[in-house]
Order: sequence, then structure tokens, then C-alpha cells
Amino acid sequence: MTDSFIIKVNQSEVRVTSETSVAAAMMMAGAHCRISVRGEHRAPLCGMGICMECRATVNGLKHQRTCQLLCAPAMEVVTE
Amino acid sequence: MSSMFDVVVVGAGPGGIASAAIAAEAGLRVCLIDDNRGPGGQIWRGMRPQSNTKRPHAREFIDWNERLGGTTCTMWADTQVIDYLAPNTLRVERDGESCDVSYRKLIIATGARERFLPFPGWTLPGVTGAGGLQALVKSGLEVAEKRVVVAGTGPLLLAIAAGLRDAGAKVLAIYEQSPTSRLINLSLTLLSHPGKIVEGIGYALTLRGIPYRTGCWVTSAEGSTHLTQVTVTNGRTRWTHDCDYLASGFHLVPNLELPLLLGCAISDGYVKTSEFQQSSVPDVACVGEVTGIGGLDKALLEGEIAGWFAAGRENKARELSRRLRKFQDFAHRLDQAFALRSELRNLCQPETIVCRCEDIAFSSLQRCTSWREAKLHTRCGMGACQGRICGPQTEFLFDWRSVSVRPPIYPASVSSVAGRPDTARGASETLEHV
Repeated sequence: MTDSFIIKVNQSEVRVTSETSVAAAMMMAGAHCRISVRGEHRAPLCGMGICMECRATVNGLKHQRTCQLLCAPAMEVVTE
Repeated sequence: MSSMFDVVVVGAGPGGIASAAIAAEAGLRVCLIDDNRGPGGQIWRGMRPQSNTKRPHAREFIDWNERLGGTTCTMWADTQVIDYLAPNTLRVERDGESCDVSYRKLIIATGARERFLPFPGWTLPGVTGAGGLQALVKSGLEVAEKRVVVAGTGPLLLAIAAGLRDAGAKVLAIYEQSPTSRLINLSLTLLSHPGKIVEGIGYALTLRGIPYRTGCWVTSAEGSTHLTQVTVTNGRTRWTHDCDYLASGFHLVPNLELPLLLGCAISDGYVKTSEFQQSSVPDVACVGEVTGIGGLDKALLEGEIAGWFAAGRENKARELSRRLRKFQDFAHRLDQAFALRSELRNLCQPETIVCRCEDIAFSSLQRCTSWREAKLHTRCGMGACQGRICGPQTEFLFDWRSVSVRPPIYPASVSSVAGRPDTARGASETLEHV
């Protein structure tokens, strides 16, 4: 196991490694990724970059496919 | 910016890696492109050369990765193909920057994605794909002590349940919609595939203690902000499970966007290939799941054949292609064994969301007569996934043909698309081809 570190998901902190995807971190933090057109909470579905349900704002960048993105120290992830 | 290669391979799963390695070993300049962070595709997702060799298929990954690493093949990871510009030229996007890549031969190995079917509650957080949950676990999701129901259809459900259990999850049950009679037919077929039998037995042993129930399917998922319960039926009675995750997937559908964009002929839902994996478009070969869902062995063999052919070694390609028939036959039998039962068409309530990107409900789609009409009138399939999820669903629910593509075939930045030489044409055609 590689060294672990903390990232921030919305207002909570979650311990991850550099091999954890941001989508997995969001799920472990109990956060949903985006709010749909009609206001439903959505979380990862396909896990492989196709469904786009895991889009969230990462370090200020919007619409990031979090399942295709690895965690990095001091990362800040926000539901969109 | 543009680059020129002898061979461009799109998709770095088993089929893509095998073709790239062989073409590069033969001395060709090869570029291997993949949307993911590194090679491996879905079956080898997250594997590394130092991975535990006990993990299923790790040996093949290590061997092929080593072969590829020993060549001068250029690997472009995190790269999406977005358009086909001119003969033998693709436009790709990496980190928001676009560039054009030209080839003498193109090998498409874009693989498959999971098929999802809508049912009440399927958009709740906690309901994931079956392969989807497996992929998330491979990328660090902790599921220890989590209660999981695995449901849907296909041979992957067993492997997925085994993987979840190894990761510490409490797999409550596997529900396979296909009836036992069809699966018995399939297991008879497996007798001619010794490798598959060993794999099957391996999973069966691992799964001891997890109920595997055929002829059953999930009818709804319940919960307010997260899944708490699923309802299951065998067509006669219904029962529920309290659970944390529902991993629900209905076998696989091929990723045909790129072959379609290039104009490759399709037959029975897959790219039609002649000997040596060649599609109907000159200089374009297709390998792996896009020619039929047959798994690792088929993909590797087809990749090798296309690689040798690209390298001009026709004899070698011909020799290997003699073994192909058996795998293609197996792919066909898988499709038959895991064909979807008609009851699955009746799960949606009027308000059940079908298109998740645009939140289009089942009732809105019932008023439409075609995929094209649904796109124009409801925006179904017009969202970020570009119909990749709802397209195969509406094909099953309404018998619509959703296979049509327009560039960009992947969400791309405006600047990447704006450089298209025929932007004006694109604008005028939009209404006719949606």
C-alpha cells in the first residue's frame, strides 16, 4: 500500500492513497457527485469514464470525470 | 500539431496491446491511444507489472505488457479520439489540447461497455453497474462489510461477485435474469473451451456460500438519498434485501462510435470483419469486443492477427485465424445465453428516468416513435454521455436503432472542434442527422 493522505470532499475529509480515484473517494466520503437537471443526487454508475454521472468540481475545475482521475494530496473536491 | 505513424491502435485493452506489440516488434512505428490513465482496458484495469499474479488474468497482462514495453511503441494515455478528419487521419484530444494523428493502418480495439437497464430507483446513489462497482473497487473504493446485491445478466456477474467478496464485501446474492435452461446450453458449449471451464470452476469455488439464483431480476431499488433496499422477483413472488450497494449490469455492448464514424459496416450489432480482422473500410481493422463479445482470449487472438497483418506477415495471420472460429462461435453463444427476457421491458414506471444526463422519463419516450424523434423532442441521448447509456436501453425498450454518430464522438473543447475543415457542413447537417 502506498502512503495515504487526506483530501477534502465538500466539507469532510477522507483518507486516500495516490491509487484511489476521486470517484471512489467521494463515495467513501458519502458524497454524491452531481445534482441532475431535475435535482436528483447522482453518484458513479459505470466506473469507466462513459456515463458522466461522476462529474464533480476538482480543485476549482468543473465537470471532471472523477472516476478517471486519481487523488492527489490537498485536493479539494466539490459536488456540482 | 500532427503526427504520422505506420499503425495507430485505438484502445489499450488486450486486443489493442496485442496488435500494437506485434506490429511494433515487426519494426513498424506504432502509436497506442487510450482514454484511460494507462494500458490494460477494463479487464486489466488498475493492474501493474508488479501486480499479484494470482489475480485473474494477471499472467497474460504481465506477459503482454512486457512485450509491449520491449518495443518502441508510443503510448498516448488520457487521450480521446474525437473526430475523423481526412482519409487516414484522426483528431485526438489530450488535456484539452487537440492534435491530428495520421496512419497507414488503423486498428480499432475500443472494447465494450456495460449495458444498463432502467428500473424504478436505478438512479439512486448506491446503485452502480456490476462492472462499474468492480471498476470502482479496483480504483480504491473500500467495500469491506458492505452488503451488496449483484444482479443483471452475463458471465461477468460471477467474476464480479468473487472480486467483491475478496475485497471484503458481504455479497448477499447474485441474481441472473437468464433462465437455467439457457445456461445449461451454454455450459455444454463450454466443454469445448477447457480454459473457460477452469475459470468457471475457480469462480464457483470462490463463490461457495453466495447464492447464485437464475431466472430472477431486480424490479426496483428504494432509498431516499442513498440505496437502502432492493426488490427482487422470479416472476411469481417478490422479496427484498436491505443492502448498501446494488451492482446491476446486463452483459456488454460494443463501443461502436469510432467504427461507425469511419463508416465500417455493422452486422448483427458488431463490426463485420473479413479474414485478418479487416473491416469494410480500407486500412481499418477491428479487434476484440467490437467484433463480438467474447472476452480475453478472443481479443488477444484477434489483436495478434491484426498486428501480423499490419506488419505484412499474412501467413502468420492466416495461421492464427484458423483458431478464431471457435471463439467467434463462443461469442455468439454467450449472446444467446444471456439474451434479455421480455419482462425487463416492463419495469419502468411512467416517471422512471431513462436518460440520466437530461432526466428524460420513460413516459416522455413512450410518446416518440424513433431515436431521432426522441432526441429532437425530448433531448434524450443529447447529454454528456451522448447516448452511450440510454441508446442501448431504448434499443431494448422500444426497438429503436440508436446507432448513429456525429463528431465530436467524445465531449471535446470548442477549440478542438472549431479547427475542423468542414465546420460549415457540420452545422447544416445537424438537423438531418441527429
